[in-house]
Amino acid sequence: MSILTSILGLPLLAAVGLAFVPRDYRFVMRLVALGATAASALLAVLLFLKFPGAGVNADGYRFVQQIPWVESLGISYYVGVDGINLGLVLMGAIVAFAAACCSWNINMREKEFYVLLLVMSGGILGAFASLDLFFFYFFHELALIPTFIMIGVWGHGERKNLATFQITLYLSIGALIALVGLILLYVQSGANTFSIPALTRHIQENPMAPGSQNLIFPMLLFGFGILVSLWPFHSWAPLGYGSAPTATAMLHAGVLKKFGLYGLIRVALPLMPEAAHGWMQFLAWLCLGNILWCGFTAMRQRDLNLLIGNSSVAHMGFIFLGIASLNLIGVTGAVLVMIAHGFLAALTFGLSGYIRQQTGTLEMSELGGLLRKLPFVGAALVMAAMAGCGLPGFANFAGEVSVFFGAWQNEALRVVMVFAVWGALVIGAVYMLRAVRAVLHGPVADKWNDVSDATNAWRKLPFALLLASLLAFGFFPRLLSEKIKPDAEKIVMMVNAARPLTPALSAAEADSEEAHAAARSRDTATEGN
Amino acid sequence: MNVLILKHEITLLLLALGVMLADLWLPPERKRGLGYLASAGVGAILICSLLTSVPESPFAFRQMYVLDGMALFFKRFFLVATILVLLMAVEFSDRIQAGISEYYSLILFASAGMMFAASANDFALLFVALELITVTFYVLVSFQRGRATSLEAGVKYLIIGALSSAFMVFGIAFIFGTSGSFNFGDIAAKLASPEAGLVNNKLFLFGLLFLLVGLGFKIAAVPFQIWAPDVYQGAPTPTTAFLAVGSKAAGMVLLMRVLFVAVPEVTAQWWKLLVVISALTILYGNLCALPQTNIKRLLGYSSISHAGYLLLGIAAATTAGQSAVLYYLSGYLFTVLAAFVVIVLVLRDTGAEEISSLAGLHQRSPLLAAAMTISMVSLAGIPPLAGFFGKLLLIKSALVVGAEHQSFYWLVGIAVVGVVISLAYYLGVVRAIYWGGEAAEKSAVTLSLPATLTVAACLVGILFIGIYPNPLMKAAEAAVLSFK
Repeated sequence: MSILTSILGLPLLAAVGLAFVPRDYRFVMRLVALGATAASALLAVLLFLKFPGAGVNADGYRFVQQIPWVESLGISYYVGVDGINLGLVLMGAIVAFAAACCSWNINMREKEFYVLLLVMSGGILGAFASLDLFFFYFFHELALIPTFIMIGVWGHGERKNLATFQITLYLSIGALIALVGLILLYVQSGANTFSIPALTRHIQENPMAPGSQNLIFPMLLFGFGILVSLWPFHSWAPLGYGSAPTATAMLHAGVLKKFGLYGLIRVALPLMPEAAHGWMQFLAWLCLGNILWCGFTAMRQRDLNLLIGNSSVAHMGFIFLGIASLNLIGVTGAVLVMIAHGFLAALTFGLSGYIRQQTGTLEMSELGGLLRKLPFVGAALVMAAMAGCGLPGFANFAGEVSVFFGAWQNEALRVVMVFAVWGALVIGAVYMLRAVRAVLHGPVADKWNDVSDATNAWRKLPFALLLASLLAFGFFPRLLSEKIKPDAEKIVMMVNAARPLTPALSAAEADSEEAHAAARSRDTATEGN
Repeated sequence: MNVLILKHEITLLLLALGVMLADLWLPPERKRGLGYLASAGVGAILICSLLTSVPESPFAFRQMYVLDGMALFFKRFFLVATILVLLMAVEFSDRIQAGISEYYSLILFASAGMMFAASANDFALLFVALELITVTFYVLVSFQRGRATSLEAGVKYLIIGALSSAFMVFGIAFIFGTSGSFNFGDIAAKLASPEAGLVNNKLFLFGLLFLLVGLGFKIAAVPFQIWAPDVYQGAPTPTTAFLAVGSKAAGMVLLMRVLFVAVPEVTAQWWKLLVVISALTILYGNLCALPQTNIKRLLGYSSISHAGYLLLGIAAATTAGQSAVLYYLSGYLFTVLAAFVVIVLVLRDTGAEEISSLAGLHQRSPLLAAAMTISMVSLAGIPPLAGFFGKLLLIKSALVVGAEHQSFYWLVGIAVVGVVISLAYYLGVVRAIYWGGEAAEKSAVTLSLPATLTVAACLVGILFIGIYPNPLMKAAEAAVLSFK
């Protein structure tokens, strides 16, 4: 068993094993879940450390393992990492462990909960490690279904049923659109293989016809886009995360959601470069919807979880912007933000889950002054808020700055970029600081007298771990960016080889108002298609 | 002619007669166990069929009967279905007042009819096989004589079944009249030769259309689906299961033989008709299933929608589409039978087959709750279960054709919409099981060992087909080769 297979297989095996543990052995279940995710996280760290020295195969992947699965269709179990998914696998494994740690307050149907949590963790890691389109999708669905069930059964809040219904409907539709797109890609490429490297090689030699590219690319863009809560298909996200149990929100917002972005970078961009050029302008304007619209919405929230949910949707905009810039620094930045936001989202949802567990509410008008009662959790929340508004020193800063540089380099995106910076620096700071003030500062209400901080090392561990990761990659972003760059470069080269890098609009026009309008009208035209 | 080529059918019929005769000598309290014996016998035939390979001269009765790869695939399929349905019938036997041995032997006769249908290479044998299935089902559907709903279902099935048989005979008469032959091979040869002028012969096409009415009734495709919900709801549950799996698969294999062996030229012209029927069937089945509260009725509508998905593969008219149909049917076999076994075991009180009466099942029997959940999720087509890979293959085959005929893209779009709609009602069942409120009955469900094994076999089937598709994929592709 290769190390990657162990990383994704351990949680799945543990899930199967848990099914045979009698219902009353609560301690054993928790131990198995923690043990499996911890082992898989440690292996992921090991993988990360051994990555530079590992042998590279002809396609540039390391730690590969390939087992033929369905020969006649060209499906194989094929896992491997390169710079782009290495960090995602690491982040996913650490967040999975943190999520298992944060599940201590589940006291109803623990067995099912831990089985689903482990299946979700294994599925997530599998989706990021897979180099075969079939398994890529397969593992994603394996992780997605538990999300719905967990929100439906262990969720909270008055609007739980609506949230479950909405998230199931949106994400199923998104996943199905993406699936049809992926099958169409498989069919129309004529390569008769689901293996991503083989497909990439085949398409580099025989590029796809523009007609099929323009058919498939939007399906992937919107299918994956719905999964990532691309504006205006984002409304499931804040409500869903607001109602989800802590661990589910951590895993979904932190890791699983990145699947769509990863799919865009890994599959859609390099395989359909011409269509990518055509659609990226459009995507850039949509991502402003994420950044500005959801940013403003977050400012108006009165519930901490809804605020975090909206801010998490807003952060997706930066990643889309990085992808839309279609240059090395932008794509590298996008991958960096994906990883950083994974840690950050898991941290904030973990903390808000802790606070809700202690106080029973997340209404910000009722909370206040909690920093005095919860010094550790409060301090962690302040740091998370700082990371959320892009303070240097946290991994988000490195990623977001790269994204902005990338977007500035692409002359067609400069206007978008200016708005995006506003969204990041001003709006983000406003809602994050307001949340900190409302929850942590001010007088303490008497009813919070018996609120207790995370004093136990086990309670502190997940938050400490996530904060440490954020800081480590914040101070040494090179650890990631140097690994990402060579592989991001390959993808960027593939995209730009199809069309020389001359943006549709020259720099002078881009600043003028007409170009602005032209871009918009073209966007609406493409939307009409 | 080598009579041994029919050995599976002959032994199956002998077994059925044996069960009937055994009824004369067995004391009443031991008749129930006859079902185990019958399923063991069918198991032996299944093993025999697994050891059989396609003979060098596959024809019998002057090419009326053929034992090719396709026939063998479906024979195994029907034998597996029969074993599981017989085991289900044993669990159900306490709800049949009298004549349980007849019930077993009728199942065996219907199964023999399906085996003949799998091998039909001639319109006469096609009709005889279908009548053997349909007539036995008239009895099987109305077997709970004390229940008005069962009798009502029987009458409905009888009237609509007889009507569709009449249409079919009428159609076959036209086909024979214009082509001068019953044999699929002869008709295909005549169609291929331009001087016969059969492709444009309106009477021939008219006959073919009437034949499709009969087959459409069997597989419950729109607009011949009207009987399905009522009959599914009213019939004894093992009968419903056998209708859903066996009868539908028999219709599918005959449809494929007629369309791809006898009249491939006409099929190539009629793809639009098939696309429209497929789209309507998917939409009708899924939309009507949404408001259902009776679990068997819901499965009736869901079976209509699955007929639509299967037709999608047939409309594609490629080898990939055909093998996808075989794959999908095999996954459907285990999935639907799992659901019906759970219904038989849990909803003993015949009046209450409401979805809401499944509430609290996860406390009464975690295994059955898991089985029902897995079955529903597989029907919805979610990985890693059998239904997902089947749908993937069907959609893939339609998308391949889409490059040529744009309307297949629309069909795939409708199929995707259908899947999304179906999520709502399939997950509704899951919801009823796990958080459907307080259970009316809290006693644990007692499971006999054979019942547990039946459930386990279905679950293993669903998971194996879904996770490791390779062996079945190869079998389906090999079977489809016999159409070339």
